[in-house]
Amino acid sequence: MKLKVSHLNFSYDDVEALEDVSLDVESTQILGIIGPNGSGKTTLLKCINRKLRPRYGTILIDTKNISNFSRKEIARNIGVVPQVSSISFSFLVSDIVSMGRYAYLSRFGRETEKDLSAVKSSLELTGTAHLSNRFINEISGGEYQRVIIARALAQESKILLLDEPTLHLDINHQIEILELVRSLARKRNLAVIMVLHDLNLSARFADRLLLLNKGRVYKAGSVEEVLQPENIEKVFRIKVKIIRDTETNILSVLPVSVMKG
Amino acid sequence: MKQKIILSVLCTVLFLTLLSTLTIGPVHIPIKTVAKILLSKIYNIQATWPENFQSIILFVRFPRILLGILVGCALSVSGCAMQGMFRNPMADSYVCGIASGGAFGASLVIISGMGRGLIMPVAFGFSLLAIFIVYYLAKTGRKVPVETLLLSGIAISLFFSALTSFIHYISEEWQWREMIFWIMGGLWKSDWNRVASSSPIIILGTLGLMFFSRELNILLIGEEQAQDLGVEVEKTRKIILVLSALVASSAVAVSGIIGFVGLIIPHTMRLIIGPDHRFLLPASCLAGGIFLVWVDTISRTLISPSELPVGIITALFGVPFFLFLLRRRKKIIGF
Repeated sequence: MKLKVSHLNFSYDDVEALEDVSLDVESTQILGIIGPNGSGKTTLLKCINRKLRPRYGTILIDTKNISNFSRKEIARNIGVVPQVSSISFSFLVSDIVSMGRYAYLSRFGRETEKDLSAVKSSLELTGTAHLSNRFINEISGGEYQRVIIARALAQESKILLLDEPTLHLDINHQIEILELVRSLARKRNLAVIMVLHDLNLSARFADRLLLLNKGRVYKAGSVEEVLQPENIEKVFRIKVKIIRDTETNILSVLPVSVMKG
Repeated sequence: MKQKIILSVLCTVLFLTLLSTLTIGPVHIPIKTVAKILLSKIYNIQATWPENFQSIILFVRFPRILLGILVGCALSVSGCAMQGMFRNPMADSYVCGIASGGAFGASLVIISGMGRGLIMPVAFGFSLLAIFIVYYLAKTGRKVPVETLLLSGIAISLFFSALTSFIHYISEEWQWREMIFWIMGGLWKSDWNRVASSSPIIILGTLGLMFFSRELNILLIGEEQAQDLGVEVEKTRKIILVLSALVASSAVAVSGIIGFVGLIIPHTMRLIIGPDHRFLLPASCLAGGIFLVWVDTISRTLISPSELPVGIITALFGVPFFLFLLRRRKKIIGF
């Protein structure tokens, strides 16, 4: 399975937000999207699942153009994990995950055996089965985000979009969530597009990176290709050193100083 | 499980309410006699009760109590759906102009000297007109921002209230007395005709709303996430708005403006049964009926043989109780 986005253009009223953005991502792959604030990362995700209608450009899932898909069809094909927010209403965790099945239910129908088993396996895969009878507004931030990932899995889509899934989480939960996403991509054959603010985390968990600058693709390719000091300096206006730890082989970005002028 | 128990308790309470309030009034009629009179309509039972008991029960109290159940249910179900759909605890059908539109329509018919029979349909029509003006004022592009909707609702309400006040100002005293019914709201004009004319829309609309429980739950989580999960947000909102408007307008057309029910009952039920609309809507519906019937019973017996407008009692009893709940369990409501 392959998601292919070509020549996407989007503008808010007359402010150009995305210009000629193309990308593709295949099953089991994680594409990381990085870029400064306002570079169009979230807008790009919203265009991909058509919450925003791009002015032009096409989005293909394999050979199917999704531009005429209904919202339910989109939800069956693309799952979304939004930025860590919170739900202040006392729904049970199992109710929240069941909401992922909405796209499969008819108005007068009830949940079938298939829906229940999809919910159950999503809870198990994300390690949230033990929370299913807890209230969503009474669990921790890390648990919450795992539940939201479970909800997206219950959609049984082949594409997963994540918008800064680790924002506001502590370092332990950041790694935990991203390791979960990586293992799910492999186990469930998901094509994942993930917006990440943290360059170190994106270096570590993405298979490929796409660097956005002012709504345009500045550089796309392997992690090593994109995380070159000159790319980062140009886009983020900051001097960095890129270091590879010899023991763990983990690449990291060390900010040195903000560039003047 | 817990929710199902609460719902069956509410069903039982509603039934008991119906039976016991039939006995209450200037003339006390024992519950056995009430039961016999009701059953005599279905089975052949020898009449052992005074003639006037029969007409009090069948033509005065029974339609009034049924209308109370219908109106209470309509107001709280539509309030509940609107709060959920707009994720706003202040939303109810009155805020969106339905009440003041209806009162204006009724006043217009009364002062113009058109037939009484026109009051209900015209009030109904103006309620709907008001909410659709509000909706289209708030609409920007394909979206309807909640804040704009509530603000334009308040503005249109004030506008219709001003028109109604003007009509009152230039009306004769007897007309003015008639109009007061709409402003204060009440069930003292209940008859079978009102029950029959309001029940189809209220019952069908309420059932219709219940088929949108899933969407209401998802909308409560947030608009963006609702879209991600496959909900057509704008379309769904429009349908829920139309259903709520129909239900609430029917209630206003037969009982005038009865405030607070649409606000207090759904919030109270949210505290008791939780935010899940699959249970919350039926619970609000039942509790709204129970509440309004008891409040109406108080209003017709407190200063008997005269009566108080029911809106005064809903506020006097409902608000302190509601505030008590709110202060005790503030965070559980969730808005």
